Amino acid sequence: MIEAAPPGSSRGRDVWLRFRRHKGALLGGGFFVFVLCFVAVGPALWTVDPQFIDIQARNSGMSAAHPLGADQLGRDMLARLMAGGRASVAVGVAAMLLSLLIGSLIGVLAGFFRWIDGPLMRLTDLFLALPLLPLLLVVILLFRDTLRTAVGPETGVFVLVVGVIGATSWMQTARVVRGEVLTVKEREFVLAARSIGAPAHRIVRRHILPNVLSPIVVSATLGIANAIITESALSFLGLGFPSDFATWGRLLFDATDYLQRYPSRVLWPGLAISLTVLSVNYMGDGLRDALDPRTRGR
Amino acid sequence: MPVYTVRRILVAVPTLLLISLILFLLLDLAPGDPTAQLPLTIPPDVKERIRQSLGLGEPIHVRYLLWLQQFFVNEPLHLLSGLTGLDLAGDRARVISWQTRSPVVDIVVERLPQTLWVVGLSYVIGILIAVPVGIVSACRQYSWFDQLGTFASMVGFSVPTFFSGVLLIVVFSVELGWFPSIYDTTHKVTDWNGFLVQVRQMAMPVTVLALYNAAQISRFMRASMLDNLKLDYVRTAWAKGLPERTVVLAHVLRNSAGPAVTVIALGVPGVFAGAIITEQVFKVNGLGQLLIVSIQASDIPTVQTLTFIFAVLIVLFNLIADLLYGVLDPRIRYD
Repeated sequence: MIEAAPPGSSRGRDVWLRFRRHKGALLGGGFFVFVLCFVAVGPALWTVDPQFIDIQARNSGMSAAHPLGADQLGRDMLARLMAGGRASVAVGVAAMLLSLLIGSLIGVLAGFFRWIDGPLMRLTDLFLALPLLPLLLVVILLFRDTLRTAVGPETGVFVLVVGVIGATSWMQTARVVRGEVLTVKEREFVLAARSIGAPAHRIVRRHILPNVLSPIVVSATLGIANAIITESALSFLGLGFPSDFATWGRLLFDATDYLQRYPSRVLWPGLAISLTVLSVNYMGDGLRDALDPRTRGR
Repeated sequence: MPVYTVRRILVAVPTLLLISLILFLLLDLAPGDPTAQLPLTIPPDVKERIRQSLGLGEPIHVRYLLWLQQFFVNEPLHLLSGLTGLDLAGDRARVISWQTRSPVVDIVVERLPQTLWVVGLSYVIGILIAVPVGIVSACRQYSWFDQLGTFASMVGFSVPTFFSGVLLIVVFSVELGWFPSIYDTTHKVTDWNGFLVQVRQMAMPVTVLALYNAAQISRFMRASMLDNLKLDYVRTAWAKGLPERTVVLAHVLRNSAGPAVTVIALGVPGVFAGAIITEQVFKVNGLGQLLIVSIQASDIPTVQTLTFIFAVLIVLFNLIADLLYGVLDPRIRYD
């Protein structure tokens, strides 16, 4: 450091100030927090059971009892939207964590150890050339029943969906992390650590990982968006969660049968997916700008 | 260029072999006997033929090689005999669909044109929209056009195709009644009116995919143009007093096209995934719809063949993109 940092300045604060300047990212972040509250706290405030069948209200429009109307069985749409959001966001976050773990591991290994770089990058290229959606569908078709009997119908599908999405979306993270590791490992502090005899795992943990955190954080946000879309697509194709278990994709899928007469029922889950993904993408954009070392301190 | 082309093609072959191995192992390691769930209506001799065509009972590497032979030798021979009318294939076993009990490849050949038309057209239209938008956005960075374009492309790739498709149906078929919501594949174009009907029924599926493609491509186009606009050779071009047209279209565009092409190629799997969903939304009976139906019916041979065909298409498009990159940027042909 040549210049003394102004008092109270830290990297976190710096990033926050930068993030705040990106209007879209701020809005996106705010909306994502709202979505999180909606699915986490919402069911505590709107205590209607999403499974409860109010047969007299079926196909009803907006009313005091059902603010967003009720579906063809008379289940409250608002409650189902909250329950569905809970499942969709949970799948999104869990799949993102898994893909981040695999991606960072492969990226760090490939970047740090030269002998394994070639094979790992060929593997990444191979995954990028796979027809992922058909493969996801095939895997779900083949392993769904086994997992269902092993750990129960809902947990089984959850594990399966999170597993397959995580295992097929790590490639971008791995590539970006590898690139960063390749530059960081040539820096002097890594040389210094190496010269005092630090073992490889400590160099990676103490010196490399903290310095490649920014691309990991950025791909984490984009990973959530990708996972939510993929889960909804699977549900929409009828191969995600069972029909009594609401997710946004499933709600949209169920509503398309009644498209001609009740178009508004398609609108809510569709808007929920689109706006959540849009807000997460904007957040990722803002984070990238805020964390990019090339623009930091400028 | 020929050396480069041959090398690219040689790289594609092991990729395809590996993908086929993954597919084979996936279905092989899956729990259960693949013929255990066959409908009881299938006669025992047909069932035995199916078991033989799957090579059950042999060691795993023999089965894989048999499967490869079926895929790369038997089926192409049958296809050739069908096309030329000669009997090249003899009585080699074919991959039989469990649903229709007819050869899978015949069904695929029937379905392929619909998918390729929708995917190809939407790609072309997407590029035609995206390239000008990307160029103008980059040249007038932070102008209202750029702000609007960036926002539109962000929305474009955040809104999943299964929602935008349904939305288009609600607006244009249910409310306005302009376009049919269901694609009629039996429709034959014989005269001008027939052509118009075809255009109308293709309009919505192609629009959905084209907008999705345009959103992705325009983003990369803009980023790639911006990277190049800052470089020294562009400053030299300005300093020489060249008009903006020449600087942007002849110098910057030519150099930005390469990276953009690579990124577009990486998006190809996503485009096919989008096509599967779009076909489902608009009931186009292409490959994607066939895949979903076969998965719901646990028709393993069809699913396996279709997934592999998607892999072939993706590798093929990647290959084309690589070759295009070689044409656009001579530097990468020599290394």
